Amino acid sequence: MPLSFYKKPGMVVYVTCGDPDLATTRAVVLAAIEAGADVIELGVPFSDPVADGPVIQRASERALKHGTCLAQVLTLAAEVRQQAQSTGLVVFSYLNPILRMGMEKFCMVARHAGVDGVLVIDLPVEEAGEYLRTMQVHDLAPVFLAAPTSPDERLKRIAEASRGFVYAVSRTGVTGARQQVAADAKKLVRRLRRVTKLPIAVGFGISNAEQFAEVGKFADAVVVGSAIVETIERNRGREAEAVGEFVGNLTAVSLARV
Amino acid sequence: MAALEELDREYGKAKRDPKFQRRLEELLRTYAGRPTPLSFARRLTQKLGGAKIYLKREDLLHTGAHKINNCLGQGLLVERMGKRRVIAETGAGQHGVATATVCALLGFECVVYMGTEDMRRQELNVFRMRLLGAEVRGVESGSRTLKDAINEAMRDWVTNVRTTHYLLGSVLGAHPYPTMVRDFHRVIGREARAQILKAEGKLPAAVIACVGGGSNAIGIFYEFIKDKKVRLIGVEAGGRGEGLGEHAARFRGGSPGVLQGTYSYVLQDSAGQIANTHSVSAGLDYPSIGPEHAALRDAGRAEYVPASDAEALEATTLLARTEGIIPALESAHAVAEVVKRAPRMKKSDVVIVNISGRGDKDIGIMRESLKLE
Repeated sequence: MPLSFYKKPGMVVYVTCGDPDLATTRAVVLAAIEAGADVIELGVPFSDPVADGPVIQRASERALKHGTCLAQVLTLAAEVRQQAQSTGLVVFSYLNPILRMGMEKFCMVARHAGVDGVLVIDLPVEEAGEYLRTMQVHDLAPVFLAAPTSPDERLKRIAEASRGFVYAVSRTGVTGARQQVAADAKKLVRRLRRVTKLPIAVGFGISNAEQFAEVGKFADAVVVGSAIVETIERNRGREAEAVGEFVGNLTAVSLARV
Repeated sequence: MAALEELDREYGKAKRDPKFQRRLEELLRTYAGRPTPLSFARRLTQKLGGAKIYLKREDLLHTGAHKINNCLGQGLLVERMGKRRVIAETGAGQHGVATATVCALLGFECVVYMGTEDMRRQELNVFRMRLLGAEVRGVESGSRTLKDAINEAMRDWVTNVRTTHYLLGSVLGAHPYPTMVRDFHRVIGREARAQILKAEGKLPAAVIACVGGGSNAIGIFYEFIKDKKVRLIGVEAGGRGEGLGEHAARFRGGSPGVLQGTYSYVLQDSAGQIANTHSVSAGLDYPSIGPEHAALRDAGRAEYVPASDAEALEATTLLARTEGIIPALESAHAVAEVVKRAPRMKKSDVVIVNISGRGDKDIGIMRESLKLE
């Protein structure tokens, strides 16, 4: 089962696919895997990324400029799968591109491409009935976001619907790096532990090795997104190399402690 | 999600609370200027030579449009929930102005998100909001219009959800917004129905309203839904052409999809990316439509037609010169439809057009487009 974390803390790396182009995304993903990522979130660019901060908004715009679409992201997933058999692959998308393709067709193609899980960021668990049934038929793991503001009852629902891991959002708000990862995160992980045995990945705002180590103390895995996308943005022409270095350095503090 | 549940709960309680309803009713009467008149459009009727035309005068409300109905309602809810910070999106600026007004009245901090393209074309409303003490934040992403302003307001809301209320201005977004906003605007149709029965002793053959998100339209339609013989006609922005990106006629070029938490008809491309839209009227310039309109249309209870930029501008001049009323460019789309439809109707028929707002905010665009000098 590729959606597992072999070391503590595990690392989940997010990229916006097609930024700046799909060939670069493939190279970036392989470099991240090489440098230690356990799970890759393949972000599908969307015209209206309401849950994202400015960094991923800019990446989405760049990717959409040359028409990157969900079908291409699934093709990319299949290519990555050929090169990396034990890495978890999660498609990270807004709902509309999936609806447009058709839920059934999307799940079929995704499974065939070797995708393990799907995170639909604007699909609340309360509305996910049909989605969950289709995902189950195709043996795909649905991943849901849990927020610090979610009441216990909702956390329970999220935990019950999730497979693979639960994605705990470290604080309220959109994606993007923050100076401090709120104490909210630790509390949320504690609350989630009471309702699930699944690994818990914490994300939103983690951008350096210190934060990675800090969160890694209480979470099973750490998600790094905007910081990766920003590294891609800042290193035109040597994106894969830069991301490889960045990912390698992220674990430096945690490893030093071992 | 937790905030939506809280809002749903509070709204449910407020709806049943006579004290809340009395306070809202009093503010609508003593502050906003309700009831608004239903004016018989004598010269327009003569000129078109068909059905008898009445205008529901939401343009006479405080702040110049129907938007204040919903803002007062949600403002009182904010008080109940004990929040102090209010955010809103705005397209034409009418909802932004109404929100800034209510925040001044009730003493809330107010931030309004507005696309920079809309800020340019609705300059006057930007100044009004600032004068009322609101902070106007320009949004540079996407087409820099209403849709992008909503995206940014949603981002603010998820970040500051514990202290902030998102005062959404149309029948869009996640539950409970579409039903709650509709309920606050139902007063338009309730008044209009009673007024027409008093004036004419019968129901109208048709009710016509412009539809962006669809708040003024659902507000005037709702009370007539049960009157099966009354045709309900929504008018979308036909813009400057039929191609994707040239208009905001969701029922002509859209297909089912999800935007900003609403499942409805959406203008989108084959990969599910939301399309840009165009309309001379900022308030109709939006790629999706309130889900209740989609339901009314699919059930065959309401029909939706486009009016082009040019038709809306022409209707503006016509209404100004026959009735002495300068409508907002949004409302002018509804007028454009009655111009087409009234001559084909019987003289004994009565039709109501909702004049959802007044045209002062659009004077700059009208001046550029109409070239009267």
